[in-house]
Amino acid sequence: MSFFARFAQNRGALVGLIILLMIIAMAILAPLLFPESPWRMVQRPFLPPMSQDGFPLGTDTMGRNVAAGLMHGAWVSLLIGLVSTSVALLIGVPLGAIAGYYGGLIDDILMRFTEFFQTIPNFALAIVLVAIMQPSVTSIVLAIALVSWPPVARLVRAEFMSLRHREYVEAARLVGQTNSTIILRQILPNTLSPIIVLASLMVATAILLESSLSFLGLGDPNVMSWGYMIGAARTVIRQAWWLSFFPGVAILLTVLALNLVGEGLDDALNPKLSRER
Amino acid sequence: MLYARLIIMRLFKAVIVLFLIVILNFLLIQLAPGDPAAILAGEAGAADQEFLNQLRERFGLDQPMYVQLWRYVSGIAMLDFGYSYRLGVPVFDLIMARLPATLLLTGTAFLISLVLGIIAGSMAAARVKKPSGSIIMALALVFYATPLFWVALMSVLVFSVYLDWLPAYGFYTVGAGYTGFALILDVAKHLILPATTLALFFMAIYTRMTRTSMLDAAQQDYVKTARAKGLKPGIIQRRHVLRNALLPIITLAGLQAGQMVGGAILTETVFAWPGIGRLMFEALQQRDYNLLLGIFFFSAALVIVFNIITDLVYRLADPRIKGAS
Amino acid sequence: MSDTATETVLSIRQLSVALPKGADRALAVEDVSYDVKRGEIMCVVGESGSGKSMAANTVMGLLPKGVRPVQGEVIFEGQNLITLTEKQHRALRGLKIGMIFQEPMTALNPLMRVGAQIAEVFEAHGKLTPKQRQARALELLIEVGIPQPEKAIRAYPFELSGGQRQRVVIAMALALEPVLLIADEPTTALDVTTQAQILELIRDLQRRRGMAVMFITHDFGVVAEIANRVCVMRHGQIVEIGEASEVLGNPQNEYTQALIAAIPSNAVPPHREANTTAPLLDIKRLNKVFRSRGGWFKASREVRALDDVSLTLARGETVGIVGESGSGKSTLGRCVVRLEHPDDGELLLDGVNLSQLKGDALRRERHRVQMIFQDPYASLNPRTRVGMAIAQGPIANGTPKAQALKQAGELLDMVGLGASAVERYPHEFSGGQRQRIGIARALALNPELIVADEAVSALDVSIQAQVLELLEELKQRLSLSLLFITHDLRVAAQICDRIVVMQHGRIVEQGSAEQIFLHPREAYTRSLLEAIPGRDAPVAATA
Repeated sequence: MSFFARFAQNRGALVGLIILLMIIAMAILAPLLFPESPWRMVQRPFLPPMSQDGFPLGTDTMGRNVAAGLMHGAWVSLLIGLVSTSVALLIGVPLGAIAGYYGGLIDDILMRFTEFFQTIPNFALAIVLVAIMQPSVTSIVLAIALVSWPPVARLVRAEFMSLRHREYVEAARLVGQTNSTIILRQILPNTLSPIIVLASLMVATAILLESSLSFLGLGDPNVMSWGYMIGAARTVIRQAWWLSFFPGVAILLTVLALNLVGEGLDDALNPKLSRER
Repeated sequence: MLYARLIIMRLFKAVIVLFLIVILNFLLIQLAPGDPAAILAGEAGAADQEFLNQLRERFGLDQPMYVQLWRYVSGIAMLDFGYSYRLGVPVFDLIMARLPATLLLTGTAFLISLVLGIIAGSMAAARVKKPSGSIIMALALVFYATPLFWVALMSVLVFSVYLDWLPAYGFYTVGAGYTGFALILDVAKHLILPATTLALFFMAIYTRMTRTSMLDAAQQDYVKTARAKGLKPGIIQRRHVLRNALLPIITLAGLQAGQMVGGAILTETVFAWPGIGRLMFEALQQRDYNLLLGIFFFSAALVIVFNIITDLVYRLADPRIKGAS
Repeated sequence: MSDTATETVLSIRQLSVALPKGADRALAVEDVSYDVKRGEIMCVVGESGSGKSMAANTVMGLLPKGVRPVQGEVIFEGQNLITLTEKQHRALRGLKIGMIFQEPMTALNPLMRVGAQIAEVFEAHGKLTPKQRQARALELLIEVGIPQPEKAIRAYPFELSGGQRQRVVIAMALALEPVLLIADEPTTALDVTTQAQILELIRDLQRRRGMAVMFITHDFGVVAEIANRVCVMRHGQIVEIGEASEVLGNPQNEYTQALIAAIPSNAVPPHREANTTAPLLDIKRLNKVFRSRGGWFKASREVRALDDVSLTLARGETVGIVGESGSGKSTLGRCVVRLEHPDDGELLLDGVNLSQLKGDALRRERHRVQMIFQDPYASLNPRTRVGMAIAQGPIANGTPKAQALKQAGELLDMVGLGASAVERYPHEFSGGQRQRIGIARALALNPELIVADEAVSALDVSIQAQVLELLEELKQRLSLSLLFITHDLRVAAQICDRIVVMQHGRIVEQGSAEQIFLHPREAYTRSLLEAIPGRDAPVAATA
């Protein structure tokens, strides 16, 4: 069975993929449909949804277009999710690979280091990092990457540890391949599927983290994001439910879609390991 | 005897971790752009020259780096976390005053999520391929994907604003003057929404984990042995499958403790719950960095305590570890 | 046969069991009929994939998901087991039919005490009070011969050895004195001496209780050891069935004949001698200690895997290293190929000491000694084409890629797979074929010495014979020097010029294969030889 056929067998994954494509489309179309800055006041404040043409989701406390904010926010969420996950992979994969392949003292040191980062409460560390570095897309990406690499390192290490004594790896050592060739050619390709699955789930977690940070007022002040929209509307929830409702649904759908896709990838890439559903 | 030794070793490890966190805090202050004294004071405090000078002297900011580090570390070792400039109160006192509320909230949420998560997960595992099992898993996935703070807001909207069943904010009804049992009841009422919303996300995690873990355990040879004995499915599930499946969940619960403390920051913010999470939000808004770092240190300490507890529980649950010593 | 062997306990009639859609065949077993009678041991024997366990699982009502009987009857005590409800079936399990499994290491719940797990059998069928259950559990443990039964009853499974755990499983299966005992490869995971003890225990218990036993195995040696009657299966069908002496001594079916012929002969090996006596490999006082590092709470443990091991191997000679698990035989092999670093001692290959080389210096010498691995499924990278898997050695040692791949094709041809295999991936090949690829890979660097670590142990007996034949042929043709590590004395006798017996990291005895078989000097060697299943039984085609 082809990769996509296996993926599509999981109906949830297919739904997730469709939602995800729609959100990507939102992010791409945002500047075309709403060329104006989502920060601009365009109508009177607290306009309810569907009450006026051009403002299907109403306006916020400052008279900004909620629909525009939502579409521009998609771009930020996806960008931060992808970039921070890539940075986390860049930290976690080499650390885990080295710890798992060489073992011994190097492994001990690297794993104590990883454990230390895992002990620190993720979200609290991210808050402190962003607050002190000052909120910006860069500081948010760095903070999220810094708190999310440990699971990558642990996964890669575990894979490497189980594979390094696999007979084909020992055979490669015996014929005289160098350590770097063995790591890159023999082991790494065989660890890619779980890494890809984990990465897709990490993008989801990163989007949740980003929205939580901007909810607390730690978003990039120049960029409209879903978390910020909810945070700004928090105190007026009695008067204007729609201000926090729609961005929340957007986050929920995005994260849900990514998780569904992740599960589908798991089924498709690890056919033997995937659970019967 | 063994436990005493174990606890001592774990505490020793905890001290090392906390020491490293203190150093991390110190580095963060150093790495931050601008004057460390201004950072410690908070942005708004930069104007008060006298206070800045006082800070400079206290932390020896004119001294070489290692002296500064030494002063910072030894200060914290004496439980001296400095002052919150904005509130004019020692950071330590502020945190201690707020800690019980956070412990109550996270403790309740932890129990709810663990108990309900394990029950839901076992039910889903027993109903693989049946609609009821799929519904449980779909719900778990939705809760897993929902931002905590949004669930909190929406539950305020539904249960407080719309239905008016439960209070939306605070720890108890201010000015009602409840005492004794009435006060407990009042606090409990205030606790329901924050604890449930905080628990939902973690419940989703435990549900998914329990199901996976139980399906794994059900594949093991000893389950086939148990069936060959003629045991009833219920007993096999409880005694053989669930007991073995719980081990990885205990480990996970320990790891999740850190996230639970993080989640409390969001829940407490939404519900104005007077714990250290809410304190953190206030510190953020006022750029009160010294207070922020103090809270950060304490939340890490809290996680370590959770970890030690789960470690001990794991040792109780798994005879193999005792035997190995 | 004793006269109790008349009453039929279990009668399987025209049974067919269907596999789920998408399996490699439609029926796991097809139209199978046989009886198991009181007081007899019926051996169901076949290679992997023969469907030999399927009837047993049908009897127990423990068929895997999606596998179901589609035709026939299984009559036990007057009822057709196929038509039973799960509840009725459950009432029979443990009470009337006991079962023991292949993997003693995983067959017990790791979190429950042994006594509690035995007591569960009584609980499941509502027998005895909790106190009486414990007392019976103790009696059963004594009956199955567990050392220190009072202690064992309070032990957790991890505190017992594999053989002891299998005794516990047997105690559980026999707790309610079932009429029928099903044993599914119960000794396959055990060492040969432990296997002999467990087989004796099963035979002994069966005689004492007059049970009917259905014994499933792949090993004709085991069959010869304990079977009263034999049923040989292949591809889900019975190819031959009859009295053990008949089937073993005078097999009618071609497949049975081939299987029996493929059993490594336990007759005295022919006298052979190496062509030269010039030592190629000279191992002097090699030592290796494994230390499990003490954590915070554990004292460090030491296992002396190699204890002053010295031996020589002449050019063109095949030396067998034989021992049970934990004897240090594999460690020795891994030290010789330098996957392990010996603590001290010398490893002279043609005069060059390999034992202390490290890093690049070691990497440059690696091509001189190559290895054939045990597990045909784990020894090839699933993402590397077969040709590349073979060529990567020469490439790492400086051969141009095109030339290396061309040689890989020639080697594949030599091991009987054909040069076209170069372009294919490992999963396209069977276990035996993969082992041929592994041999080709070991040959690719023209090594002076090849170490084969349990190279045929994972293979079915007929495939095993073919691979051994290939090795023998290559040995003659390329005058290979071979260090052949195995737990199976019969296999060693078939291919080795000399045999070294190891136990607890020490060499117990060494000598020519002939001498080890005919005149073993040491008690341990004798016990190994005596433990070989079916040693004294009449087996056809051994001559």
